[in-house]
Order: sequence, then structure tokens, then C-alpha cells
Amino acid sequence: MRRYFGRKLLIYGLTFFVAVTVNWMIPRFMPGDPVASMVARANVSQPEAVEAMRAYYSSLFGLDQPLLSQYGNFWGALLRGDFGTSIWLFPTPVSQVIGAAVPYTLALVVPSVLLSWVVGNRFGAYAARRKLLDNTVLPVGYVLTAMPYMWLAVLLAWSLGVIAGIFPVAGGYSFSMRPHLSWAFLLDLLHHWTLPFLSLFLVALGGWAIGMRNMIIYELESDYSTYLSALGAPDRLIRRYAFRNAVLPQITGLALQLGVIVAGALVTEIVFAYPGLGSLILKAIQNKDFFLLQGTFLFIVLGVLIANFIIDIVYVVVDPRTRAGMAGAQA
Amino acid sequence: MRNRARKIVPLLAAGLLAAAACSGGPATPTGPAPSQGQSQGGPAAADPNQLPRGETLYTTGTQWGPPANYNPIREWDSAVGTKGLVYETLFHYDTVNAKLTPWLATGGSWTGDTTYELKLRPGVKWSDGQPFAAKDVVFSFELGKMETIPYHNLWNWLKSVEAVDDQTVKFTFSKANYQEWDFMLYSRSMVPEHVWKDRSEKEVLDGVNDKPVGTGAYTFMSKDQDRVVLQRRDDWWGKTALNMEPKPRYIVDIATPSNEVALGLLLQKGLDLSNNFLPGVANLVKGNFGLTTYYNQPPYMLSANTAWLVPNTTKKPMDDPAFRKALASSIDVKKIVEGVYGNLVKAASPTGLLPQWDKYVDQNVVASSGFSFDTAKAKKLLADAGYKDTDNDGYVENKDGSKLSLSLIVPSGWTDWMESARSIAASAKTAGIQVTPDFPDFNALVEKRAKGDFDLLINNERQLSNSPYTYYEYMFQLPVQKQQNTVNFARYENKKAWDLVQQLDQVKTDDTAGMQKIISQLQQISLDDLPVIPLWYNGLWAQSSNAVWKNWPAEAGSAPKTPAVMWRNWFELGGFETLTQIQPTAS
Repeated sequence: MRRYFGRKLLIYGLTFFVAVTVNWMIPRFMPGDPVASMVARANVSQPEAVEAMRAYYSSLFGLDQPLLSQYGNFWGALLRGDFGTSIWLFPTPVSQVIGAAVPYTLALVVPSVLLSWVVGNRFGAYAARRKLLDNTVLPVGYVLTAMPYMWLAVLLAWSLGVIAGIFPVAGGYSFSMRPHLSWAFLLDLLHHWTLPFLSLFLVALGGWAIGMRNMIIYELESDYSTYLSALGAPDRLIRRYAFRNAVLPQITGLALQLGVIVAGALVTEIVFAYPGLGSLILKAIQNKDFFLLQGTFLFIVLGVLIANFIIDIVYVVVDPRTRAGMAGAQA
Repeated sequence: MRNRARKIVPLLAAGLLAAAACSGGPATPTGPAPSQGQSQGGPAAADPNQLPRGETLYTTGTQWGPPANYNPIREWDSAVGTKGLVYETLFHYDTVNAKLTPWLATGGSWTGDTTYELKLRPGVKWSDGQPFAAKDVVFSFELGKMETIPYHNLWNWLKSVEAVDDQTVKFTFSKANYQEWDFMLYSRSMVPEHVWKDRSEKEVLDGVNDKPVGTGAYTFMSKDQDRVVLQRRDDWWGKTALNMEPKPRYIVDIATPSNEVALGLLLQKGLDLSNNFLPGVANLVKGNFGLTTYYNQPPYMLSANTAWLVPNTTKKPMDDPAFRKALASSIDVKKIVEGVYGNLVKAASPTGLLPQWDKYVDQNVVASSGFSFDTAKAKKLLADAGYKDTDNDGYVENKDGSKLSLSLIVPSGWTDWMESARSIAASAKTAGIQVTPDFPDFNALVEKRAKGDFDLLINNERQLSNSPYTYYEYMFQLPVQKQQNTVNFARYENKKAWDLVQQLDQVKTDDTAGMQKIISQLQQISLDDLPVIPLWYNGLWAQSSNAVWKNWPAEAGSAPKTPAVMWRNWFELGGFETLTQIQPTAS
């Protein structure tokens, strides 16, 4: 048990270190100079003032130091929980900018991933046994998975938002509201959340359903099922075993999906003008905001690592082979 | 497993929703104290958390991200309305009648060749109740002595500012730049000395200033990632002194991530004014969507600024005026106006001066030296100047026989400019000039532009102002720096032209004939040499919905003639007056 988690933790630690390093490198080796664009935006024309401003901002962001010490300072600040100051939203601290956006993204991503996984698996499992469902759900599932997030999002925004007018097309909550705790406000949040959630949910749903359907068919036709059936075991029992076996690869798939989903949320957030991390990432790139970009990526890396760690624990619970492996047995 | 899942799923979903809903609250800090907002809200604001639709104006198109600061010194990235609605200037500028409108000042006059005396309006109060007085004006201008303040160069020609009495300020100049001075009078925000006096240079330049104390008609009520909310002050001085009142009790300015979102909101009637460039808006205006623009036919919008093709005059062959003239004649602007913009913009006059400055255009100069689209003439100009196609690839070569291939850069993602660049390349090709469009990202472009590391680019960084002086300053300013951050990206050096521009600056603003005389000479130089090539007039993008607010500015009938725009610096050019003229549709 200790060896299993010890090894996992080491791997996660290494991954984190590499991810953070790459994350620090990418913006610094992108073309363009953030301070230059900041000074240019300030519309200062005199050379002395330009130089003064330039020197001032360079030292403020620590960009005047050699790369190696910038890297050292970055880790130092990071361990103190300091993500730096945003260049684009100067002088707001990055942690504050991200803090304001994270709840929206989490509220969008976590339910859509988990719900689509649960619902997709159930649909898939039923479809494997019902000809009718198999002929309807499956083709729909294929279309849904093949559909780019953005396209579905635009379709939803156009049909249900602009044409039907049922759902709002932009924002995290009504522009007429101020955040406060009341039923009206919560309902309003939910109202704005529905379309972006749906676009993510529907696209992911199809993939899970197809995967599960195929797995169940495979399991139901495997030797142990035939043997159980020959022994006269009730169908329900066989199906339960098949489901338990079929769900294992789906859990791995879920772990992988958690890493990719942020990219999907990014596009969705932009289409629906949802004020989450995705919109921030886009703006940070467009404005060469090193610190904001690092902060958001770091947050995503952390999120993916934590999610995967949880999945690792889930594996111990649901897969007897992992438990056996931990106890020293050889597969 | 299955039974458990059946219970867990809805529970999980409910839990997550609740968590999301709760975390949405504290994650969205409200700006200035809400209690202040409520007390000023008046009887109609029964529920301060839900703004009444009929009293709220929704706008977008100025801000592209979360509001970062309320600092009127940061004129380039402060929250919408910081200058114009919360902080005010001494004058406004009336673009229709071309004159300064008294605002915080009741008037001002040149008492000597280099002294200007300003009379302030009595009875104006800051939002904290303190009176606005001469010492605040002195303080605001003296802030410019700090080197990093955007208007620091004012102190190159301003000697001193002093308060004669509470209502009078005297300015003494070493050199009287009349044109620039008028520009200053309606461009600089006045800040309260009693709040700002202890701030360091860092704080003045970089401070968030999250509890702004201004003289303006609005205060900041709240903010979030994608919006700022402003609330009208019922004790604003202008109600009695100017007999004016902005009609919306609340203004919500929304940061939309793209023009498509703005269009969606506009069609849903959730938005009253969009200052975005929306391609194809002509169809919407003609259709039954309740949308209006200033004109009901092309170009639909007022003109806001001139888009130029800027050649890098330090590089061959752009250093050759003959080549620049050939290039200018080769561009089919009409095609851009119709094809790319769908007639939402107007082709520029060869002088580039905005239509509002028509009276300064010297038609004789234009007739003798102007250019127009004429491929045959472009070819002839090239041949006469010695650019010949020696290897028969359809493109002319440099005079020394080497290949001539120019890149034209515009920011990636600016789709209208990208299309225009493609169109320019295509029409230059028929004249035999090889131009390749290139789309670096915006920041990379800014860097190249500042360092002079480009062949051709498109730019439009001077807005309509009180005087063509600002236009010619952009074209001719000297000396050329290592980094050109604001003007003269072409790096064009002509001492005579720059002397003329400085002379123009020193002509009194009411001396139209004197201005005309100098401007004619400047026009002659600009048309002979073409340091920048005027292409089209960008529109003052403004499409408004009549669903909740009506009486939007329009050319026709008795509608207001002021611009309807929330862009920076445009509140002083009539944008604010528009807010006082619109009316609720319901009443």
C-alpha cells in the first residue's frame, strides 16, 4: 500500500516539476515583448518617459534579471503562494484574477464531466442489450462525439438563445444582477450555466455511451459470461459482472478526459462569454501576460494531477487486481 | 453499484450546483461600498441587487476584459467611464459646431501672448462633498511634472500653474501652443487634491484607485470579471448648472469576448448600445430588428479616424516618394470599402483629413497633387522612377535589379484589416508591386512597429479632435526615436513639415484663415511625399437598440447629432451629451 502510493506520489511530484518548468518556459520564448506593448499602450511619446516607464516595469516584473534567476525567483514566489501581478490587468494580482474565474470553470467542467460519464455509461450499457436503443442512441452518439465543442455551442447559442430566446447567450449571471445570496440569483446563475453545460455534456456523452456499449457487448460474449450462463446464473448477475469489468477502462478514460476537458471548456466559455478560466487563458495569450498564463496553466496542471490521484485511489477500490498488486501478488 | 449510483448522481449534481452558486458570490467583489450606492439610489431602487431594466443602459464595445483600475491617469486601460462619467474635464468639445463647451470651467481666455486665465464653475462638489476649487486644477496639471505621467510633455512648454483665487487659475507658458492647449483642456481629468496629494509617483501611475472621488454624474457601483456597473449621482452639479441630466440611472458596461457575442446580445435586446464593428450591420438596420445607426444608408456610421497604409520610409524602396505615389495609385480602396466593409466606411480623401475637417481641405492642392486609384498611372509612375520588371515574373524589381517583395503586417485576428491587407496585395499586384500580407500577433506587431522592423503596416491611431494639428503631429513629428511608440511610425523626416506643424500649433484656435494657410502647405507636402497613404475613414461604430431607449443620435430629423459612444475620450466629444438626450421607450 505504502509502496504503491509512494511511487504514485513520486511520479506526480516529477510531473508537477516538469509541467511547471515547461509552463514557465513557454511564454518566455514566445515572440514579442510584454513591457514594450505595455509602454506602447500607455501612449507615451517622449524618449525619457518611455525609458523611465520601461525600466520601471521591467524591474517590477523581474524581467531585467538573467533567465536563471528569473526561474529561481519564480519557484520561490510560487512556494510562497505568490503568482505575481497580471500584466494585462495591471495591477491586479494573478491569484485574485484566477480566484474570480475558477468557480465558474469548476461549476461548468466538473458536473459536465462526471454527469456525462455516469449518464453515458448507463446509456451505453442499456444500448448493448436493447436493439431499439442501439439503433437510435448509437448513431446520435457518433454524431455528438464527432462534433467540435465550438460548433455545438454555437448551434445551441443560436437556436435556444437568439432564436427561441429561452436561454441567455452571454455572461455568468444576468447583467442586471449583483451577486448576492437569494433564490432569484441562484436560479439566474443556473439559467446562464445551462447552455454552456449542455454543450460540454452532450459532446462528452456520446463518447462514453459508445465506449460502454462496445465494452459490455465484449464482456457479455466473453468466456466467463458464457460459463456463468451455462451454469444457470441469473442474467442480472452476469450483467452486473460485465458492467463491473466494462467500467474499468472507462475510469481510465475519465482520468484522461479530465486533462482534455479544459480545452473544451475554453472554447465553450468563449462562445458563451462565460467568465471562467478559458476566457482568461485566451486573453492572457493575446496580451502576452506571462504571469496570468503561468497561473492559469499551473492551476490546470494541479487540477489534472489531483483528479488523477483521486482516480488512482478509486482504482484501488474498484479493481481487485490493483489491490492484489499492492499486496505483492504478481499478475 | 447501480443502486448507489442512482442516489449519488442527483445528490452530487445538487451539491456541485450549490457549491458553484455559493462560490460565485464571494468571488465577485463589489466595487465601492454598496451602502453608498443604495442611499443615492432613490426611491426606484427598491432592490439594489436587481437593476430595473427601464432605468438601465447596457453598453459594450469599449472594454475587452475585467475592469482593472479606476485611475483617470491611466487613460488607456481604466474602467469604462472613469474619465467622462466619474471624473470630468474642464471643457467638452462640440464636434458639430467645432468649439469648446464649458464644463468644469465656465470659460477661459488668453490674457497675454503666453498667459491663459481659466474661470471655474462655482458650486461644483466632489462626490465626498468637498468643493471643487482652483487648487484641484493646479494639482491635476502639476501631476504631469512626474516623468511617467502621460501628459508630462505639457511641461516642456508650460512654465507654471497658479491659483489666483478659488475660482481662477492662471497658466503661464514658455511657448503658447494654442491648438494643443485646447486639446489639453478637454482631455485631462481633474482629480481632487485632498484625496491624491500624498500619493507617490508609483501610486499615481499604477494605483487601482478603487474608491474614486470625482465630480462626475456617476459613481462606480459594482464590478465583476465581465462588467462594470455605474450609478447616477442625484446630487451631480450639472443638473442645475448645465440643466442636463443623463437619463439612465444605471449604466452596465459589458466586456464581451467577441463581436459575435455582442451581436447576439443586441438581437436579444439585452444590449442597448454596441460600439463594436459588426460586419453586415446594414442588413440589420434595414431589417425589422429595432436597430439604428447614425445614417440609415452607407456609410451608416460617423467617421472616427483615418486608416493609413504606413510605409517604413527608412527602407528601400519605401524611402522613394515616387514609389510611395505609385503604391498609393495602385490600391483600389473602393473594393475594400464595398467588399470588406460592406459600405460601413467611407474611402478617405487623399489628404486623409476627416470629413469633420472638410473646411481645411485645399481643393486646389488636391486637384493638382492628389492621387486616386489608377493602375495604368501606377505602372507609369513605377516605370518613370526606374522600377522595371527585368526578370518577367510580373513584378517590378528594385532599381539595382534585386527582387522587390514587401510584407504588409496587420494584427492577427483583426479580420477586417486582414481582408483589407489581402485586397491591397491583390491590387498592388496588378500594378506590378509584390506585397505579401502577414499577420503577426498584436504584441509582436507593436514591437516591430516601435522598432521600425517592418515594410508596410496599417494604422489608425489618431481620432477626431479639435484640430488637424493632432493629425499632422502624427505624420510629421520629429525627432525620430529609436522606439516610435505613438506617432510617425513611418519614420519620415522632413524638417520643414515639422516646423510647419509647430507653427500650426501656435496659431490661435479661432483663427481659421491662419490655420488654413499652414494646413494647405502641409497638405501639399503630404500629397507630394505621402509619408502615410490615407485609405479609408474608420467608422464610429455605434449600433443602438430602440427596445428600451429611444431618441438615439441620427442624421435625420430632430434626433441628437452627438456621437453615441462609450470609447475612451469620446465622452468629451459629445458621448456624454448623448446620454442626456436618449429617452426611455416605455414612457
